[in-house]
Amino acid sequence: MKQFAYVRPATVTEAVAAAAQPGAVYLAAGTNLLDLMKGNISRPDRLVDVTHLDGLDRIERLADGSLRVGALVSNADLAYDAEFAKAYPAVAEALLSGASAQLRNAATVGGNLLQRTRCAYFYDTASRCNKRESGSGCDARDGENRTHAVLGWSDRCIATHPSDFCVPLVALDAIVEIEGKNGRREIALDELHRLPGNAPERESALEPGDLIVAVRLPPAARGFAAHARYLKVRERTSYAFAIVSAAAALRIENGKIADARLALGGVAAKPWRARAAEDVLKGVAPTADAFQEAAWRALTDAKPSGDNAYKIELARRIVMRALTLAAAGTPARIPALPASPFASTSGAIHA
Amino acid sequence: MPELNLTSAPAHLRHGSSIGQPLTRRDGVLKVKGEATYAADNHPPGMLFAVIAVASIAHGRVTSLDVAAAKRHPGVVDVMTPDHKPQLAIDPEIKTNPFVFRMEVLQGNEVRYANQPIAVVIAETLEAATEGAVLLAPRYETLPALVGLDAGKSYVPPVVGVGNPSENHHGDVAAGLASADKQIDATYETPAQYHNAMEPHAIVAHWNDDHLQIDMPTQGLMLSLARVAELFGIAHDKIHIRSPFLGGGFGSKGLMAGPPVLGIMAAKLVGRPVKLVLRREQMYGPVGHRAPTRQRLRIGADAEGRLTALDHHARTVSSTFDDFYEPAADASHTLYAAPAIRTSHDAVRVNTGTPLFMRAPGEATGSIALESAIDEMAWACGMDPLAFRLKNYAEVEPITGKPFSSKALRACYDQGAARFGWAKRSLRPRQMRDDAGLLVGWGMGTATFPALMFQAEARAAIRRDGTGAMEIGAHDMGQGAWTALAQIAADAVGLDIDSVNFKAGTSDLPDAGIAGGSAHTATAGAAIHSAGAAVIAKLADLATNDERSPLFGAGNTGVIARDGRLIRRDDDSRSESYSEILARAGVAEVEARGTGAPNPAAMEEYAMHAHGAVFAEVKVDPELGQIRVTRMVGAFAAGRIVNPHLVKSQLFGGMIWGMSFALHEEAITDRRSGRIMNANLGEYHIPVNADVPPLDVITVEEHDPHVNALGIKGVGEIGITGSAGAVANAVWHATGVRVRRFPIRIEELLTQR
Repeated sequence: MKQFAYVRPATVTEAVAAAAQPGAVYLAAGTNLLDLMKGNISRPDRLVDVTHLDGLDRIERLADGSLRVGALVSNADLAYDAEFAKAYPAVAEALLSGASAQLRNAATVGGNLLQRTRCAYFYDTASRCNKRESGSGCDARDGENRTHAVLGWSDRCIATHPSDFCVPLVALDAIVEIEGKNGRREIALDELHRLPGNAPERESALEPGDLIVAVRLPPAARGFAAHARYLKVRERTSYAFAIVSAAAALRIENGKIADARLALGGVAAKPWRARAAEDVLKGVAPTADAFQEAAWRALTDAKPSGDNAYKIELARRIVMRALTLAAAGTPARIPALPASPFASTSGAIHA
Repeated sequence: MPELNLTSAPAHLRHGSSIGQPLTRRDGVLKVKGEATYAADNHPPGMLFAVIAVASIAHGRVTSLDVAAAKRHPGVVDVMTPDHKPQLAIDPEIKTNPFVFRMEVLQGNEVRYANQPIAVVIAETLEAATEGAVLLAPRYETLPALVGLDAGKSYVPPVVGVGNPSENHHGDVAAGLASADKQIDATYETPAQYHNAMEPHAIVAHWNDDHLQIDMPTQGLMLSLARVAELFGIAHDKIHIRSPFLGGGFGSKGLMAGPPVLGIMAAKLVGRPVKLVLRREQMYGPVGHRAPTRQRLRIGADAEGRLTALDHHARTVSSTFDDFYEPAADASHTLYAAPAIRTSHDAVRVNTGTPLFMRAPGEATGSIALESAIDEMAWACGMDPLAFRLKNYAEVEPITGKPFSSKALRACYDQGAARFGWAKRSLRPRQMRDDAGLLVGWGMGTATFPALMFQAEARAAIRRDGTGAMEIGAHDMGQGAWTALAQIAADAVGLDIDSVNFKAGTSDLPDAGIAGGSAHTATAGAAIHSAGAAVIAKLADLATNDERSPLFGAGNTGVIARDGRLIRRDDDSRSESYSEILARAGVAEVEARGTGAPNPAAMEEYAMHAHGAVFAEVKVDPELGQIRVTRMVGAFAAGRIVNPHLVKSQLFGGMIWGMSFALHEEAITDRRSGRIMNANLGEYHIPVNADVPPLDVITVEEHDPHVNALGIKGVGEIGITGSAGAVANAVWHATGVRVRRFPIRIEELLTQR
């Protein structure tokens, strides 16, 4: 592997200064970055190790009812935090359906947000990839692309964002706290990831040196705890990315949907918030017809980018199912096979 | 390497013999503690690291390598290229025997498949060698790649598998199909699958003057040694290979592949020991794989559901530079009693590493197609799939008419079906649901694998201290040879297993033959059995010819060996311990050799196969198409079971692979470039623990007096056959959708709700 400098800053300010240099990248758990480096997809000059920074590994209840999760909290620690799982069950279920137990123990909240696509052509350095090398072309476009994007893609890039965690987070209006050269700022998670357009190499709204220090769930996010699910269809029960996933969260009052949240995973270069579908659900009874209408609305703009037309129909069915499950109520315990259609199958052991 | 310190076994329950006892594996504690020395764990002083650079094109020529840039990188010692390498004694393109396959050892600039080795960087550290390989930045002249089952004009290969005729027939297939009341004509596709043993190919090579020390996982110590000897032009006795443990072989480590040869060349080039380990993605090319197939089955049956004809054609691929043909259609030779059978193969050449042996080559690919087709035929006849199979039960081998040496398949069907509860199955598909509304399907498949024997030799000794020794260059790939063969050795010399010093895994020991074809326990076991009998005969000679012995006059056939004593067969009270016999004779030990080999007369007379029946339950989400296997029962008859514990593990592993074949495994090749796009364990899906349901294995009693002296048939590969089809058939039964392309994918089940 390419030789690189390794620095371990003592403070966030030092970290931002070190990472603002050209060729520098942040290193947290490295569950994605180290693979990228071993495969020569990423060849950084300098790793800025943030794992020793103080204060980024806490889960805090704020006075206004928000929850603030430090960027260095591990996926496993967050998912197994009982209070967190109770308040944001779809997020915990999504976390536990991601990667493998070993990876979840290492992977961090901040890193998960910034994981790279799993497009095989991005990882294969002999292929053309506009994301990896701007302007080189996209070999996925006419290649083996049955798992690629059906929403928000462009001719330059049809890759998807692979995160499970981000899907319910974006549904719940999560906010990302960023420390940068000019101090602290925050943006909606929905604005963190960019669609490819003409510049698929620009994946996020972050500027050089920007460090995600926390993810915040606003007070309203707790209001969906009774009716929130994450559902993920994939090709094996663990250690596989979603073909399509969905997070559905409802606030039901007096038999009517007072508020609805819906986001899809595995369909676009970002976690896909389906606001038009949410709109049709607000104020109506949680019926199969309403969910069906929402499922159609969610995929109105979808179109295949290759051999993946089935993902559009699959996404509709997943939306329908996720809403149905959410309406039925959050289970008292996270299922043994989290986010799986087989969650209720008896005898299943933990994935 | 220190002497192997195998676990001193806990007091096992003994009932007179070691064979048949479910001993836990004797190398288990070593492995759990990380103390088992695998090839790449060896670090001789002064060792360097070699990393292979591989081609990123599938067809063309390397036009330049930036050797200077690689050499400038700190720590890089040398770069081996076609222009800078030790000369081999023979051209690696020459096939000196049928088990030699062409390999790429930098003999030129031609690229014939993606991931072909094109250079080797040797450095002080693994990191430096890895970066050196990147800095080579190869440039290519790229030619169009031949990809897929329709890549070019097809041809009929002269042979398929290992010397099987590519076409075979019995009876009149055309007439059989014409006279049929019911016919099916269905085409199935199976993908390329690649070897993903936990331990990748690895070698530590160390030249000491003209002596070559090799640490390398191999399923064929002597075949590998012979190939190294001819490639490097050195005598057999100048080479020593150690292979005490393999982290899985599955056919990929049977024959010498190119990468380990490159490791030996690199060590020669730099004059220091060299370690070379393949990266995971480098396994997808130069070390063999399972070829893709497209199989057409045409089957006819009469009004009573009796087969009238079975026509099985398989299209497969081979490389552009060598010949190996997945003998998929041959799976139809042995199972079903059709009066007319035809099997045939054709192939196209593609830019791929030569496909080779991968667990049940031919049987696995052929079985999923045949078992699916038989299931389709049963449905067409309106019959239960088990009843249909029983109706067409082969009392003699259909393609040859030979009787079976033994065949307890009927008992497998009975016991497996009873354990599974098959009788409650609905005939029609898409009828069964569970409480959660998931579709439930039950499917079955018949398992079969030939009972093979190769050649082996073993050396046995009895020592004056009353202990025994058994030496054989056998291979433990994880299947448990250290335990099962030691059990056979213990019985062969009439001692407790812990009193026998069992040695295996190095090339200086007698040749155990290749650990392949599910034949290793049978072959090595037969040699051990025969060596043990020979050494006991020598010992008996000493006793029965000595008038001071209580056994004097008993004659060779008049004693039996048990618990370290020779005992007069007709008089239990007259016996003498091994130590007493040797002490009085004044010898330190007696030794003898024995061999194991196929019996041509028996093979001429009998068809020899292991059999089994696998039953699977799947659940399918009716809207989302996601499939989960929830239960599998396999009943197998494979002759004598040496160690039921290890045998069950082997069968479990095979059944899981069968499930993987039906639902998960597939190499995705870019149709334009010929590159494999999922050459890693993240994207090349095999089942994880959470995918594997409760498995139930029944070993059905079977006595076979013909296959070999011990009656062993082998269990290494049969588990994958039958299982893949059982899962596929269960998916059909659950959904009513017959998927004929494997692995079954979600989108194929979304067609209906």
